[in-house]
Amino acid sequence: MEFDTVTISRLITAMTLTFHIIFATLGVGVPLFISLAEFIGIKKKDKHYELLAKRWARGFVITVAIGVVTGTAIGLQLSLVWPNFMQLAGNVIALPLFMEVFAFFFEAIFLGIYLYTWNRFKGKFTHWFISLPIVIGAGMSAVFITTVNSFMNSPDGFTMENGEFAAVNPLEAMLNPSAPTRIAHVVGGSYLTVAAILATIAAIALLRRKGAAEYHKKALKLTVISMFVFSLITAVAGDASAKYLANNQPEKLAAAEWLFETEENADLLLFGWLNEDNEIVGAIRIPGALSFLAHGNFMSEVTGLEETPEDERPPLWIHYMFDSMVSIGMFLIGISFLYLVLTRFKKWDENNKFMLWLIALTGPLAMLAVEFGWIYAEEGRQPWILRGYMRVEEAATSSPYILHMFFLFLALYIVLGTLFVITLRKLFKDNPAEIELEKHYPETMEEGEEK
Amino acid sequence: MSYEIIGITVLWLFLYGYLIIASIDFGAGFYAFYAKMTKQDHIINQIISRYLSPVWEVTNVFLVFFFVGIVGFFPSTAYYYGSALLVPASFAIVLLAIRGSFYAFENYGSKQSNIYMFLYGATGLLIPASLSVALTISEGGFITEENGVVSLKYLELFTSPLAWSIVALAITALLFISASFLTYYASRANDHAALKIVRKWALFWATPTIIMALTTMIALGQHNERHFDNMLDLWWIFGLSMGFFLIAMGLLYIGRNYGSAFIAIMLQFFFAFFGYGVAQYPYLLDPYIHIEDSVTNEAMGIALIVAFIGGLLLLVPSLFLLMRLFLFNADYAKGEK
Repeated sequence: MEFDTVTISRLITAMTLTFHIIFATLGVGVPLFISLAEFIGIKKKDKHYELLAKRWARGFVITVAIGVVTGTAIGLQLSLVWPNFMQLAGNVIALPLFMEVFAFFFEAIFLGIYLYTWNRFKGKFTHWFISLPIVIGAGMSAVFITTVNSFMNSPDGFTMENGEFAAVNPLEAMLNPSAPTRIAHVVGGSYLTVAAILATIAAIALLRRKGAAEYHKKALKLTVISMFVFSLITAVAGDASAKYLANNQPEKLAAAEWLFETEENADLLLFGWLNEDNEIVGAIRIPGALSFLAHGNFMSEVTGLEETPEDERPPLWIHYMFDSMVSIGMFLIGISFLYLVLTRFKKWDENNKFMLWLIALTGPLAMLAVEFGWIYAEEGRQPWILRGYMRVEEAATSSPYILHMFFLFLALYIVLGTLFVITLRKLFKDNPAEIELEKHYPETMEEGEEK
Repeated sequence: MSYEIIGITVLWLFLYGYLIIASIDFGAGFYAFYAKMTKQDHIINQIISRYLSPVWEVTNVFLVFFFVGIVGFFPSTAYYYGSALLVPASFAIVLLAIRGSFYAFENYGSKQSNIYMFLYGATGLLIPASLSVALTISEGGFITEENGVVSLKYLELFTSPLAWSIVALAITALLFISASFLTYYASRANDHAALKIVRKWALFWATPTIIMALTTMIALGQHNERHFDNMLDLWWIFGLSMGFFLIAMGLLYIGRNYGSAFIAIMLQFFFAFFGYGVAQYPYLLDPYIHIEDSVTNEAMGIALIVAFIGGLLLLVPSLFLLMRLFLFNADYAKGEK
């Protein structure tokens, strides 16, 4: 059978990353909420929060396990699938990769300690302190790995001489121009997504009215407030990213917004699709908004795709990814804001059925937005693997076995994904919060609650 | 000392760290399965799982550290090893993934099943086998480069006595290391029933380990004379290794000081592993990757070393804390905490 090793290489990496980022996102965000819940629990002397921290931590272990093994996979795959790229770029980006491993190491050690020392220390805060290195380690992993990806989008910190990197400055390469905005967007987005997912869990538990309502309401309040805060941070970082793109990587923004010709006062396109002649159909145009997004001024000039040579343009379908990501982001801000407004007024019940349904939607949508955002970011720099320096087809492996490996990994992810869902269901379904509360914290049971 | 030497020393040290703790882990998985099959699991599996639970994730990091580090210090390794090892390394990833995630699924999720125990035990032996392919091909003669395409000569690899000796050595050594660690851990926990079983295993696996080490030497002598001669020049290092092995055997046999016995075994492998590595100098992949030609640029080399020192300052105290809480805490080992 004839096949193209470059396409398969791209598919294999896309598949691994799409699968990995689900667990990576959870891995970055969940420790923060475990730590927050334990802290509030100690401060308020409220056992509900302690149980929240414990239950989240229990689910987290399963997530981490898959995050670790798929992370190991992508780490090795970088060299296996893209040997030429790593040979070249290893000279410049090894530092953040190396530091990422340290952060991961740090996190792994303290996670082991945290999970097995719930009742081992005398001081009230000692166990909580152990959660901090986990939060920091998880966050720093995301920071370092994002700098690596940013480097691929905006290579910096070297000069090119005869096809090799010279005068390398590792710190400059790490702190490349697009790194700050992307780090803020990735880390903020991870916290946002995890807040949304934990909120979804609480909302569904409340909708099912099985019991432990007080416990789930506290979880909901904590996570929805966090969702609001992090959705604002993520949106601001996203806006900064767009401004960065407009100035430094215009083809990515132009492809996302289907701006073919450079124009002033450019419109922002919402939704719509392209017909066979590449004309835009059915889109909602917001006059001047793209200029505003790009440069903070409704009249400014935005660079169109025509200025990029045809063989260096990203695919046009990334518009759908960009649109979906932004729309979901707006939805998350709206829902969490609405919830906050409702809590301000006593006569309205913020936990009404309709609101709970809306909140239940936020988790899965936020995770989708993470996927869409990454697909947009990655496809948006096609055909480059190292923008301006190395094209994807020059970087891929030439091994004919790559196709077999694709199916090997596909099977692996199917198995892991299935087992993940089964294990989590078992873990929580057979042992719901109300039973655990009754067993371990009988003093927290409310009057009239079902026993 | 030039920074490529520092680099490879650091990396070799981490690979050695992985060798020890992964051996304990992989061996423990196999023993847990074996004990279940021979109906001894009620005696020893508690010891095994109490040790493994807090550290399984740390084990994985040592490996990641090594392969990220080697690509950082020596980027050409990505090109040659990356191209040649696509298939064996992908299998290693899949096995590691099955092992790591199943561990979490089973231990935190549900009850132990026989299929899981089998997979857990089997992957523990297959992972070292697939990873040791990298060591084999570093001796040269197993890869070709034509028109810029690097590929592995599978027929040569599968019919090579060297390749099979290395695989067999990896497996026997890991069973030996693991059993002697468990012996120490059981004695620490005052668990006499478990101690009796695991000590027997440690004594049993010592002989095949030494036989395979000698077989591997002979196979290496036929395959790569340069490496073999270098090893003979370093005979005193291997002599030290042998000496520590005899000390360990003595202690295990008399049945006391299991902690010192395990340290002697660690030193035995330390000297053997370093002697092997030093003798391979100056090649990382004979004859394609010469250590000095392939090293990363100076600025990156220095940055990596600085990052490494900073990282160690953070890691050593943390690892120390982890060990104090679980490994060297008698109450924890006994199951009282």
